[in-house]
Amino acid sequence: MKIRVNLWLGAVLFVTVVLAGILAPWLAHTDPVMDANLMNAETPPGAEFWFGTDAQGRDIYSRVLHGARISLTVGIVTQLINTVIGVALGMSAGYWGGWWDDVVSGLTNMMLAIPSLVFALAVMAILTPGLTSLLIALGLTNWSHTCRLSRAATLSVRNQGYIRAAQVLGFSDLHIMMREVLPNIAGPIIVIGTLGMGGAVLAEASLSFLGLGIRPPYPSWGSMLSDARDQITTAPWVSIFPGLAIFITVLGLNLLGDGLRDILDPQDRARRS
Amino acid sequence: MLSFLLRRLMQTVPILVAVAGLIFVLFSVIPGSFESSLMDDGKSMIDEQTVQRIRKELGLDQPVAVRFVRYVGSLATLDLGTSFRTRQPVTTVIAERLWPTLKLALAATLFAVVLGIPLGFLAAMRPGTLIDSASMVVAVSGLSLPKFWLGLLLMYLFALTLGWLPSFGYGNGGISHLILPAIALGVSPLGLLARTTRAAVLDIMNADFVRTARSKGMSEVRVVRWHLARNALVIVLTTVGLQFGSVIGQAVVVEKLFAWPGLGSLLVDSVSLRDIPVVQGCILTLVLFFLVVNLVVDVLAALVDPRIRYT
Amino acid sequence: MTGDALLEVDRLTIALTQDGVAHSAVKEVSFSIGRGETLGLVGESGCGKSITALALIGLLRRPLSIGGGSIRFKGREIQSLSDAEMRRLRGNAISMIFQEPMTALNPLSPIGRQIAEMFVLHKGATWHEAERQAVAALGRVQVPAPEARAKDYPHQLSGGMRQRVMIAIALACRPDLLLADEPTTALDVTVQAEILELIRDLSAAEGTAVLMISHDLGLIANMCRSVGVMYAGRLVEQQAAEAIFTGPRHPYTQGLVASLPLLGNRARHGRKRLQEIAGVVPPVSAYPAGCRFAPRCERADAVCRDVDPEPTALPGGGHVRCHHPVTAGANAS
Repeated sequence: MKIRVNLWLGAVLFVTVVLAGILAPWLAHTDPVMDANLMNAETPPGAEFWFGTDAQGRDIYSRVLHGARISLTVGIVTQLINTVIGVALGMSAGYWGGWWDDVVSGLTNMMLAIPSLVFALAVMAILTPGLTSLLIALGLTNWSHTCRLSRAATLSVRNQGYIRAAQVLGFSDLHIMMREVLPNIAGPIIVIGTLGMGGAVLAEASLSFLGLGIRPPYPSWGSMLSDARDQITTAPWVSIFPGLAIFITVLGLNLLGDGLRDILDPQDRARRS
Repeated sequence: MLSFLLRRLMQTVPILVAVAGLIFVLFSVIPGSFESSLMDDGKSMIDEQTVQRIRKELGLDQPVAVRFVRYVGSLATLDLGTSFRTRQPVTTVIAERLWPTLKLALAATLFAVVLGIPLGFLAAMRPGTLIDSASMVVAVSGLSLPKFWLGLLLMYLFALTLGWLPSFGYGNGGISHLILPAIALGVSPLGLLARTTRAAVLDIMNADFVRTARSKGMSEVRVVRWHLARNALVIVLTTVGLQFGSVIGQAVVVEKLFAWPGLGSLLVDSVSLRDIPVVQGCILTLVLFFLVVNLVVDVLAALVDPRIRYT
Repeated sequence: MTGDALLEVDRLTIALTQDGVAHSAVKEVSFSIGRGETLGLVGESGCGKSITALALIGLLRRPLSIGGGSIRFKGREIQSLSDAEMRRLRGNAISMIFQEPMTALNPLSPIGRQIAEMFVLHKGATWHEAERQAVAALGRVQVPAPEARAKDYPHQLSGGMRQRVMIAIALACRPDLLLADEPTTALDVTVQAEILELIRDLSAAEGTAVLMISHDLGLIANMCRSVGVMYAGRLVEQQAAEAIFTGPRHPYTQGLVASLPLLGNRARHGRKRLQEIAGVVPPVSAYPAGCRFAPRCERADAVCRDVDPEPTALPGGGHVRCHHPVTAGANAS
């Protein structure tokens, strides 16, 4: 029953983080941005500051909680964008074939050759830094896997009898794709979407860590770790908690994705990562 | 075999061209990209006249088609332009940073391979046992760890507290500086390789032809050596190749953390400073790197598995 | 028949362990095969015929295991031999060919080498000598241009060819017993006959005993002198091949025979529904306590549902497991 462990543990971890984010304003002790008291700077974890404070005297616990809101929002939204783009391109490419398929396949191959973080950096290079730019950059980087998957799944479903029947009955291509093809390829897409969300959270954290994502003083876990680097000798605890939060979130999503895969896509269980 | 190699080469070239085209579109065509590179947070640092002059100098007032042809031409002669900041040719700037990145990527991959494959193999040989579960927990954790966090923790433990290893920098190019970054970078591919190896081995151990082999009277040792190893090798090899792309991308973050003077940190710095020619050059180099590695991996796989030669 | 038979299986039971509970996937099956004889084992999918063969060659893996009974090969008990000792028999004295030729060969090795392996493994030949013998073996299974074919990879061959290679491998060391598990089921109909003929000719030439497993009663009757019928892990009837057709004694066998559409039947008897046996085979975990066929049997009564019948010897040879066997001569068609 190892299979179920994945699913439940992942779900628990992920839901915990989501709840922490949603309830942050009530669970946090201080305002994550404004409450900075230099007198409290670099206090180790203790009764008053559960996770200690950073160089500006801000409570890390509260910042981590609020960071959940930011990091999760970015992760979820960008993954949704990626999924929509990937499914739209992949499904249409598989369904229509022909030159459109060639274009999409070429585009996908090209995107797969560029490491996603590198591409995100490239996009950030031409946009002014900020939340919208970040969403655009991350939303455009990770659709290629979903696209390939959707295309393959669509191809395998395309020649089924019920698709032909719908075509003969005069339904429009769009209708068929949305009502007949999509539900049948939804399983693997959900799995990849969940796993991809973990990647999106990591990507946002990485960009913020590099100073190109969410900028301080807003509490993104990634930027908190970037600050932590400078204080590693004086205040090592600053490095622990934001990273732990990222780890738990991504681990939860990975486990959840694995668990979902065992339910929704059993043939794939052996092969995929 | 030769025709396979040629075919793969023919498939690779268009991708490279497409990437070059994409970069061109991103940086030279999208309106305002040049202007924004001269700005800092939305305010222009240079007066309008100078901007126009620089535009003319760089040939940015020509029609798109002309610019693209000049661009491709310069790429063909390996002229990647000049850095906005240092005024050095981009090729020079990149050349100095190439080897450290290669070294780091190779070290990380080696780390992942040497630990990940045996871990996956061990887990597959004892499916359903504690060893199996424990290995896979380690693997998925490795996949989920943010590299910069791990890097920070490693730095704190081994460099600052225990003092066994230097905490950042390239040093004189020796191994001691390479260890921590390589581990931080390699943990995630390690996890992936362990899982992939386990899946591949399990698949094969239950395959029909392995049953045939056993029915021939072959010992398990022989079965593992002759049937399992080579069949699993193909899958694992392909994964390593694919992983390389990810490793290169993630190297960016690790390089910045450890102040490692490679292409990754160059890319990040250039993006912050909006030194577009260097950004372009870095991306092209990294992509070329990835494509070459994948080509090599494909050729090796085709050597092992004759079925691949016909794809 | 006892004592000097090549293979004697006595009350063999194979256990399937699911969630800690052991079910008898095969229960107390007994049969024997003499030197050079062909025994057919027929039954629906899931009745246990394949795993019986796997048990004979010692290839049962978790969650299957031998739960009782004995297997005597050439007078020696082999069901609890160590793997090392079984390996000396496998491929050498007892060989097996499987159902799916498409996936049964190592895709990365030329077929000549896969055959040559047998000689290196069991006869101590050098690779050079073994490859030579492999080419000869390919010739024996009627593969044209054997020298050239020996360098081919499995994916370059058709299903029929691959099955010939499998047969060449299995018979390379001239084993005493060949286990053939549905060797033609996955092949085209036209090729099926050729492969079966090949098996029959080669085994006759070398005096190899054959255990032929199939779900096709007609095929079995053609190939084998003696036929055993399995249902839900039990050997419910065993007789000579003609007797199975002309005088089946077990209601299940009778049902099987009656369900075969015969050429000319419509002309003789007019248009009739194809006969079927009502009901479905129960899963292993839900085998009934008494006679396992009782739920589907028209003749079943309380005794059948409570008591699993023991074999009753038949006058013409063979046996049947039934409380109320069909009377001899009750159906001739």
